[in-house]
Amino acid sequence: MTKYWKSIALAAALALTFGLTAARAAGTHEGEQLYPVLTYRTGPYAPSGIPFLGGLQDYIRYVNEVEGGVNGVKIYTPECETAYSIERGIECYERFKHGYEGAPTAIFQPHSSGLDAALLDKARQDHVPVFGPGGGQAHAFEGRVFPYSFPLVFDYWSEADVVVHYIADRVGGYDKLHGVKIATLYHDSGYGRDTIEPLAILSKKFGFEDIQIPVPHPGEQQQTQWQQIKQANADWVFLRGWGVMNPVAIKTAARVGFPVDHIIGDIWSGSEDDTRPAGAVAKGYLAVSVFPPGTDFKILQQLKTKILDTGKSDLKDKSKFGSVYYNFGVIEGILAVETFRTGQEKFGHRPLNTEEGQWALEHLDLTAARVEQIGATGLVSPIKVTWLDHVGGSSAKIQQWTGSEWKPLTDWIVGNRDLFHDVLEQKALDYAKEKSIAVRTTADAPIN
Amino acid sequence: MSSTTLPRLAASRRLRLAPQRALVWLGATALLLLPAFGDEYWINSILIPTITMGLAGIGLNLLMGYAGLVSLGSAAFMSVGAFASYNLLLRAPWLPLPLTLIAAGLIAAVAGVFFGLPSLRIKGFYLAASTLGAQFFFEWLFTSYRWFSNNSLTLTISAPRLQFLGIDLRPAPGRYLLVVATTALLWLLASNLARSRIGRDWMAIRDMDKAAAVIGIPVASRKLLAYAISSFVTGIAGALFAFAYLGTADAHSFDLDKSFEVLFIVLIGGSATLFGNFLGAAFIVLTPIVLTRIVEWLDLATVFDNGVLVNVERMLFGIIIIVLLIREPDGLASLLQRIRARWQVWPLRA
Repeated sequence: MTKYWKSIALAAALALTFGLTAARAAGTHEGEQLYPVLTYRTGPYAPSGIPFLGGLQDYIRYVNEVEGGVNGVKIYTPECETAYSIERGIECYERFKHGYEGAPTAIFQPHSSGLDAALLDKARQDHVPVFGPGGGQAHAFEGRVFPYSFPLVFDYWSEADVVVHYIADRVGGYDKLHGVKIATLYHDSGYGRDTIEPLAILSKKFGFEDIQIPVPHPGEQQQTQWQQIKQANADWVFLRGWGVMNPVAIKTAARVGFPVDHIIGDIWSGSEDDTRPAGAVAKGYLAVSVFPPGTDFKILQQLKTKILDTGKSDLKDKSKFGSVYYNFGVIEGILAVETFRTGQEKFGHRPLNTEEGQWALEHLDLTAARVEQIGATGLVSPIKVTWLDHVGGSSAKIQQWTGSEWKPLTDWIVGNRDLFHDVLEQKALDYAKEKSIAVRTTADAPIN
Repeated sequence: MSSTTLPRLAASRRLRLAPQRALVWLGATALLLLPAFGDEYWINSILIPTITMGLAGIGLNLLMGYAGLVSLGSAAFMSVGAFASYNLLLRAPWLPLPLTLIAAGLIAAVAGVFFGLPSLRIKGFYLAASTLGAQFFFEWLFTSYRWFSNNSLTLTISAPRLQFLGIDLRPAPGRYLLVVATTALLWLLASNLARSRIGRDWMAIRDMDKAAAVIGIPVASRKLLAYAISSFVTGIAGALFAFAYLGTADAHSFDLDKSFEVLFIVLIGGSATLFGNFLGAAFIVLTPIVLTRIVEWLDLATVFDNGVLVNVERMLFGIIIIVLLIREPDGLASLLQRIRARWQVWPLRA
């Protein structure tokens, strides 16, 4: 008899769960702008995910509660946990792509480069604009081939140019670069290899010696690679690491006696979590920064008084306030909110759908004046996106680790993207050919 | 059960045959008609992954459940299938899609046989370790040699086209039908194999390989055949997983976690069953989603912090798996079997 009840209980449980999954709550968020937030509060990347999501949610809460929404339109941010797995991310995408609980979707952020790649084709078919600041595929800037991809703000090719620019400044000009040896120590993955081509182009142009050394994932052993750097007698090291590879690189460099202030980290090698584990030897280490840390920015002060001090913050560990990842979240929030604002100026003060979101992203013009108005001068570099250029900028700073915090050494350095334009354009066009994608022409260009 | 119940069961079996067959046809028609009515969310994020992962489960189950050979390299063979079909689609565009999939499966089978060779000498945990080698080898191979991903900047692969008889299969219903049709054919193949001479040989080897050798079963060739067929099915599942589900994949889409996922599908669904794999896959795909929905439905986010909730969800998922394996060591398939047996004699039982 007990078994009998067990099957009934099981059937009931199954029916309930299926019912729950099928039942969509009725439109309780009508009139609001949906902005789904894919999270990784669990899994291997949770340590960077938690402060990053804190910054993002805090800024959106600030806009909703202090500013009363974007022109009165509240932003609804349901979370969807992916643990950085692509499959969970696809489920989140399918759940939110056409809106949720009455609120429409305008833009979608994968928060993972793997998911970003997986959505490339799907999003184009669904007409959902996918946007991710920093670290997109370099050739995805080409809006004629990728109308729904927006790798905003920065790409790794520009980063290569910013690094060479900084080294040129340090050695006394581009003409002194001849014979300088720049070794790139990269994470052996698609991400890590992305700077091989631009550095080869730059090396040809400026005459520095380009040395490329791969580190297999995850990179907790780098003795051989650093010996190689010493033997090659490299003057500078451009460290394109990820996760545990970064502190190990800094420590190993100290062991073989390479000067730490001649190592320049990538944008993902320049957070507190990359330097602190390396200890005292990290003092003086340099890194490219697109998401500057610090709490002195006006908007950060606003967040402190209006959100953190009132107990509304998403952040549990308050020491992460103003860290690289927290500020990255704030920057992402600013870009999303400014996109909604741009779209609302054209379509009216109401929630936007995906087609309107795509228009808004292609017309996003974040001027220095507007950045100042938001209170984010120095935090966000001004960008201007067009239908031909979906990145919109290439500015980064060089920062230095003082042993306890990051200090900016330079103002925004603008990477020279013209150098690579033709090569990247060709890559995009090749991609279009392989996939038989019709390239957008001026006839389909959004003029107004 | 006493001997007197036997005739009754036989009689009821005759009676039941017709409705059972009708049920199978009904199920098949429902599966085929589903894209016409089904929501895109259900097709894209629940049905396609469940069926594809179920198919991968079938692949591993043939090896593990029937032939008793352990493998921790399922995801590696999936990746071989995915990368092989990508390169075939790209470099041999004249090949029709079904042949491409079969060829990709055959390439995965060759890889399976190669990594199955140690099974001729070693067993159990040692064998598991050697199949683990496949896992690391192929992840390394596909990230180190850009040729496999057509020199793509990001080392990712995505199907240049999915066409059959001039029909574009890329929209959701097309991908769904591709997955269902392929899985149905492979399921048919697997179930016939399992009941054939070969399947019986596998089970004999699983239960005692020395005895099997004594009664004249060619143990070595049967073991390698098990690796070949298992990898063939797994490889095709990998191709479907990459192109019909993810859309774009790279070597890391098929990491060790994925291998464990296939292993869990087999354990949860039930060893040496075929239908159980789909139950296991449905469990793996649905449970996290259902947990999230329950949390949402109860509006717990207003009470608890987001970070706490997502961690609790993962713990619950783990607890459910443990409880399930303790209560149903033979998997969901045996639970279903018992429920079915109960309902078959329903009005007559005390």
